[in-house]
Amino acid sequence: MNAVVRTAKPSQLIRGATGDWEIVIGLEVHAQVNSEAKLFSGASTTFGNDPNSNVSLVDAAMPGMLPVINVECVRQAVRTGLGLKAAINRRSIFDRKNYFYPDLPQGYQISQYKNPIVGEGRILIDMPDGETIEVGVERLHLEQDAGKSIHDQSPVYSFVDLNRSGVALMEIVSKPDLRSSEEAKAYVSKLRTILRYLGTCDGDMEKGNLRADVNVSVHKPGTPFGTRCEIKNVNSIRFIGQAIEYEARRQIGIVEDGGTIVQETRLFDPGKGETRSMRSKEEAHDYRYFPDPDLLPLEFSQDFVDALAAHLPELPDEKKARFVRDYGVTPYDAMVLTLERASADYFEAVAKGRDAKAAANWVINELFGRLNKEGKGIEASPVSADQLGAIVDLIGDSTISGKIAKDLFEIVWAEGGDPRAIVETRGLKQVTDTGAIEAACDAVIAANPDKVQQAKAKPTMIGWFVGQVMKQTGGKANPQAVNDMLKGKLGIE
Amino acid sequence: MTDLTHLSIADARDQLKAKAFTATELTEAYLAAMEKGRSLGAYVLETPEKARAMAKASDERLARGEGRALEGIPLGVKDLFCTEGVRTTACSRILGNFVPSYESTVTANLWADGAVMLGKLNNDEFAMGSSNETSAFGPVTNPWRRQGDNRSLVPGGSSGGSATAVSAWLCAGATGTDTGGSIRQPAAFTGIVGIKPTYGRCSRWGIVAFASSLDQAGPFARTVRDAAILLKSFASVDPKDTTSADRPVPDYEAAVGRSVKGMVIGIPKEYRVDGMPAEIEALWSQGIAWLKAAGAEIREISLPHTKYALPAYYIVAPAEASSNLARYDGIRYGLRVPGNDIVDTYEKSRAAGFGAEVRRRIMIGTYVLSAGYYDAYYVRAQKVRTLIKRDFELAFEAGVDAVLTPATPSAAFGIGEKSGGDPVEMYLNDIFTVTVNMAGLPGIAVPAGLDSQGLPLGLQLIGRPFDEETLFQVAQVIEDAAGHFSPTPWWG
Repeated sequence: MNAVVRTAKPSQLIRGATGDWEIVIGLEVHAQVNSEAKLFSGASTTFGNDPNSNVSLVDAAMPGMLPVINVECVRQAVRTGLGLKAAINRRSIFDRKNYFYPDLPQGYQISQYKNPIVGEGRILIDMPDGETIEVGVERLHLEQDAGKSIHDQSPVYSFVDLNRSGVALMEIVSKPDLRSSEEAKAYVSKLRTILRYLGTCDGDMEKGNLRADVNVSVHKPGTPFGTRCEIKNVNSIRFIGQAIEYEARRQIGIVEDGGTIVQETRLFDPGKGETRSMRSKEEAHDYRYFPDPDLLPLEFSQDFVDALAAHLPELPDEKKARFVRDYGVTPYDAMVLTLERASADYFEAVAKGRDAKAAANWVINELFGRLNKEGKGIEASPVSADQLGAIVDLIGDSTISGKIAKDLFEIVWAEGGDPRAIVETRGLKQVTDTGAIEAACDAVIAANPDKVQQAKAKPTMIGWFVGQVMKQTGGKANPQAVNDMLKGKLGIE
Repeated sequence: MTDLTHLSIADARDQLKAKAFTATELTEAYLAAMEKGRSLGAYVLETPEKARAMAKASDERLARGEGRALEGIPLGVKDLFCTEGVRTTACSRILGNFVPSYESTVTANLWADGAVMLGKLNNDEFAMGSSNETSAFGPVTNPWRRQGDNRSLVPGGSSGGSATAVSAWLCAGATGTDTGGSIRQPAAFTGIVGIKPTYGRCSRWGIVAFASSLDQAGPFARTVRDAAILLKSFASVDPKDTTSADRPVPDYEAAVGRSVKGMVIGIPKEYRVDGMPAEIEALWSQGIAWLKAAGAEIREISLPHTKYALPAYYIVAPAEASSNLARYDGIRYGLRVPGNDIVDTYEKSRAAGFGAEVRRRIMIGTYVLSAGYYDAYYVRAQKVRTLIKRDFELAFEAGVDAVLTPATPSAAFGIGEKSGGDPVEMYLNDIFTVTVNMAGLPGIAVPAGLDSQGLPLGLQLIGRPFDEETLFQVAQVIEDAAGHFSPTPWWG
């Protein structure tokens, strides 16, 4: 997989003083596993509890305590591996990564070094220009999260909250296949979508449940990769993009000024929009990895994997393909509709037994547009799929016009209620009574003899007449009926 | 009435059931003996109130005829076992006055079977040592002395307090842990029985870790039968220790007294090390003769990788220890020496909290795991370990039922005799025992005779994985032939 190194498109290159530069990006995403209990202890993983209330004897590394693997976390890692179309390693090994820090009570993090639970996989990402890119996944391994150090509570002491200590993380490592900040953002976004579909990580970046270490290097196309810098712990997709843009230009600047890039770990400062050095390679820890002697190798059967595979939900790529195939929506619309499982379910509820293209149009343009504007998720939508379906039906059977439908949508959004009942009680029905339409048409023609003359020479003028009639009827006239009648009266073919 | 403390566990158990005396009387006898024996330094904490309360509860059960396997039997606990509400220090300053809120699985098993806790026993700091001289509480004195010589001898280590306490009748039996010989060597030095069970036979949960892949708990007792009785209560599968074995615990006592006729006993030629004292050689030959006389077949075998065991052990054990002891950082419990910043606090706390031998092993372990050295040391040592295991597997596959070796290369030595200079001289004490830990096999030390100075010497039997029954069976034959060895009390 990915034997051929991806090359950037010319538009993705960065123009420097000495020529064009290509950015090479690889990502290590840390995703908190959705599980009731921690990776090696029975303590709760609930977010937001009082400091140090979700801490077992194992998490606090009391003398003589031993880790016991939480099988649910193993299941979640395997599910994720299957979702990434990755090789599942039925034998993997937990290692100790040794370093001292107060939020690491054991003095080592239990992680997987040489033998991870999941091997190579791939993620397809859809770019706005319609291109689909395959990004290689190098591996996925399970590891413990550390606790949290709090430095701003006392002038003298730092405080430690161990609630997070020992919570299971999946570290998902991409190959260095990404060539722009846009691609990197699309990759994290797609990975997040897949994790959320699988239910293996909630993807909540604000809570730190999904965060990324971003590896960036630059080189001239066709030459070997440059020296990379790792930007640690970036916790929003927007920041990932900003960090890459800044870092690439920083590196190009150094090389073009005759300098060399030092391999180091950097931090992104969202306030200043820049990265800064955290520690150099020389200062890097020697983690002294070795297999954890408290834990036997993690082994499971093919049956265990097969049982999880059998109950995997439909994933975004498959769902997207099905939407294109079964509903006839465009690939781009299908991608937008499948970003969230709940949105896709919503769309399907609206589209069922209706004009799917109209349903897609309403879900994407009206509903998503409005939800985005108000910063709401699909779960919090004031308009249910049933309600939106009813609106689509009312347009379909010509009970209301498209324009009225938008007004109706606003009413349902703000006040709720059954759209059909609202149309009845508020008199929003289209006027299809030919007599009423004819009277309105006659009135407009009579009042505008000059325009009538112009329209005979320029048939597109009919639009102006339709608008006037609609105005007179308060938008309730059926526009098609008005159009037809005006054509006859004005003698336009 | 005879001195109750001199009864075997088997006899005390039977007589308690027969109501010849009460558990309280038995416990009081031990508490009195402990007081008289304080100069031996075996106990680092006596828990008389707890002992009396437990004995009283045992008496109530015995009165109702509901006595359990160890009802009313007073035991001592190595200070490596966490005991709920009772200070546990691993005999290190770094744990300070740490009082666990939990009970180790092994000791919980013992109390659940009715045993009475007398107190916590001295050991080498974090079980690192072969003489009990590295303890933060000071050394333990062996109840045995050379004939006509009043100098104090070491009881061996790391479970020196346990060995001395059992040998000097300061408890009926004791818990120990054995990472490279820490049960068998002190048992041999004090003339008692000590067994290191198969790795995984007893839970490690709640025992302060030294080297996780080698540590195993086991009992000390004055007779083979008593050791068998205790091991039955020690052993259990434990969901809290995933390296513990999920297999039934046999009735070990039933194996004691079974004939060894037709059994094959392997004699490994590689254990005939250079410079082995003639007395050890003679003891070994005597053991062979006893087993032959009992009808066993003696077969010379080869365990070719034996000579690599000690160096490989001193890579694997410190490597694991360097990581296991990282949690003692002065942050959450135990000793903290405040520094200017976090690194300074770590350095000051750990420098003050750990003794010289522990510091040495942490440094060795850190070194062998470091980038650039890992493959040359740790990976190679693990390969050696596989080869050592294979040596034994081949012998067992060829029909050997148990392997007979000396337990130690010498009798007990004087306090201070080996602790001053080259640490390797001390490490050589474990030359016959470390292979067993490296292979994860069960090994028992049983007293077999006295040397020319009147000090006890032991033989070691090594068995197939989870075949402790054979070890008790064969050890009983040696015990029957050799007789019991008791020190002449000079203390108190």
